[in-house]
Amino acid sequence: MRLPTHFMSAILTTAEKPPVKPAADPKHASGDKRFKILEVHMKKLQFKQDALIEVLHKAQELFGYLEDDVLLFVAHHLKLPPSRVYGVATFYHFFTLKPQGEHTCVVCMGTACYVKGADKVVAAIEKFAKIKPGETTPDNKLSLLTARCIGACGIAPAVTYDGQVAAKQSPDDALAKVKSWM
Amino acid sequence: MQIEDLNAIAEKHIASRKKIIVRTCMSAGCMSSRADVIKANLEKAVKEQGLDADVEVRRVGCMGFCGQGPLVGIDGVKEKEILFEHIKPEDADSIIATLKGVESNLEIGDPNHPFFAKQTKIVRANGGIIDPEKIEDYIAIGGYEALHNVLTEMQPTQVVEEVTKSGLRGRGGAGFPTGLKWGTVAKSPGAKKYIICNGDEGDPGAFMDRSVLESDPHLVLEGMAIAAYAVGADQGFLYVRAEYPLAISRLQIAIKQAKALGILGSGIFETPFNFNVDIRIGAGAFVCGEETALMMSVEGKRGTPRPRPPFPAESGLFGCPTLINNVESFANITAIIKKGGDWYASIGTEKSKGTKVFALTGKIKNTGLIEVPMGIPLRQIVMEMGGGAPDGRQVKSVQTGGPSGGCIPAQFLDTPVDYESLMKLGSIMGSGGMVVMDDTTNMVEIAKFYMEFCKDESCGKCIPCRAGTAQMENLLNKIIARQATQRDLTKLEELCDMVKNTSLCGLGQTAPNPVLSTLKYFRNEYEELLQPDKFGPGATATK
Repeated sequence: MRLPTHFMSAILTTAEKPPVKPAADPKHASGDKRFKILEVHMKKLQFKQDALIEVLHKAQELFGYLEDDVLLFVAHHLKLPPSRVYGVATFYHFFTLKPQGEHTCVVCMGTACYVKGADKVVAAIEKFAKIKPGETTPDNKLSLLTARCIGACGIAPAVTYDGQVAAKQSPDDALAKVKSWM
Repeated sequence: MQIEDLNAIAEKHIASRKKIIVRTCMSAGCMSSRADVIKANLEKAVKEQGLDADVEVRRVGCMGFCGQGPLVGIDGVKEKEILFEHIKPEDADSIIATLKGVESNLEIGDPNHPFFAKQTKIVRANGGIIDPEKIEDYIAIGGYEALHNVLTEMQPTQVVEEVTKSGLRGRGGAGFPTGLKWGTVAKSPGAKKYIICNGDEGDPGAFMDRSVLESDPHLVLEGMAIAAYAVGADQGFLYVRAEYPLAISRLQIAIKQAKALGILGSGIFETPFNFNVDIRIGAGAFVCGEETALMMSVEGKRGTPRPRPPFPAESGLFGCPTLINNVESFANITAIIKKGGDWYASIGTEKSKGTKVFALTGKIKNTGLIEVPMGIPLRQIVMEMGGGAPDGRQVKSVQTGGPSGGCIPAQFLDTPVDYESLMKLGSIMGSGGMVVMDDTTNMVEIAKFYMEFCKDESCGKCIPCRAGTAQMENLLNKIIARQATQRDLTKLEELCDMVKNTSLCGLGQTAPNPVLSTLKYFRNEYEELLQPDKFGPGATATK
């Protein structure tokens, strides 16, 4: 069985990348072990098509972001059209199709954080790192992201540094943390 | 598993308890301030000071007073608990030393503070008391007894009746009578039915559901199981946001433990009733809080809503009758079964029964979670429990209902908090977020903040919402940039009306609410930013 590569050019824009090489089932041609882990996870979910979001979560956890290659691998195994997988991956904010920087800084922009000055925190980091939310610095050190609400409103404004939530952050606190990474 | 086994687990667990219990809040808020290190240090300190025999350090869920966190509570020393606030990991030794009578200069909270004293706890009764990762703790306080009683002594119709009698209304925000919903699903024909618990708490500024799931996951599971029995379902889905990793992991633990004891699975309590629960993790889409969109997401598709009818109660998940309720709604069920619908109906107002959990945040002294009876005046919540605005500022308005709600100005603070009264003011009860704004807050900016949110979160399926929110945001930006005229404001109002009345789902239908309510009460703030209209009707021709 071969991956349906002809779908790719129609749906995915991979200008800079050469087309993905077709892979033999069930292993991935690259020999990357993470594909095997992903496949085992899908098997655990009985290759159910409605488990697509769960599978994509796992894929993002393994790879850090969702490459075209990974999306096609998932589509193939769940017997879903790649358009459906791509559609779901782009619909939800949690999934990212671009690689993230070495460190991530997620500023919560929920209402509680906003009225307590989260916008100033974002502005300070924007100014320092010269990137906008959703972007990564050219040296790949830092990705700046904003979250809708991480539910930590009692300790607003909250910022998540590499997955760790920090409470009551001022622009200076955030800058100090970000500078320590650079 | 039978009731005797359940009681045996409870007795054994109670017997194993030590005299003094040091409770460490390990909910997401306090965890961010290294509550895990605090707990480890407390355990170490207990050992070092040789108090092993009498003192146990317990992991607990949210204690509510998040703004004062991290919190450590001590039971068994005085009549009331002793609550330490703003604890740092290095304070562990001195906390444990207080058990020996050594004075400390740590911050001690007042248990009679209105923040605590004015609460009526039903949903959050166990929050901050039991260990959310131990099913024994939940069983020891009478957990799963209600499920046992329902399965062995009640008919499904009786359960629905009891819930109807309680007057419980959907806690997700719209306030649809829960009993009526259950009855409809129960009556819907179909061999396969589903239960969905909506834990996609997307409203920014709201974290009640997160706290309930993190602090008392079994309470929600029990509520779901009772609902499943009442409507005739055997499969449940718990839809939780990906932003709540701690809640997800605690739910996974809870489901595993309940399955191991035979409280979930097949033949529960040796009756023919089967019920399984699977967790579905959201992926960051606000629209998935809308029930039809949520079901699409559970099916692994893009979360776009569809027109109703057919309502989920008739044709929902995978085309089967589906009961979909909010986390807090399910969390109320156990208490209603245990104490009766009449007892529940005795709390609250005529049309809004029971209690409601609110997340009190923003420009307010005491931030955190509170559970209050319906009908309590807003002033009591904001001024007494919340302590008013900090730094000597004045409270200007209270935002309820998130992006679907509105801003209630300070002059209406005496309004009782119930579904109808808030609706009358142009806001909604919503899921329970309550963001307080002081007199430094610019209301036009707030309206823009919410509009930007709705524009980003619009799924794009229907045009009024997709294009309308973008246009409204443009107009708001224009007003803020002082480039708009009276005509733009009129256009904005027209757009609000159009989007409100023609959008497909709740997201679009309520998206204009923050604009409409700020326009209603703070119109002057908009008008101050307007520029004279050089070309409109009535303008003097310039030459």
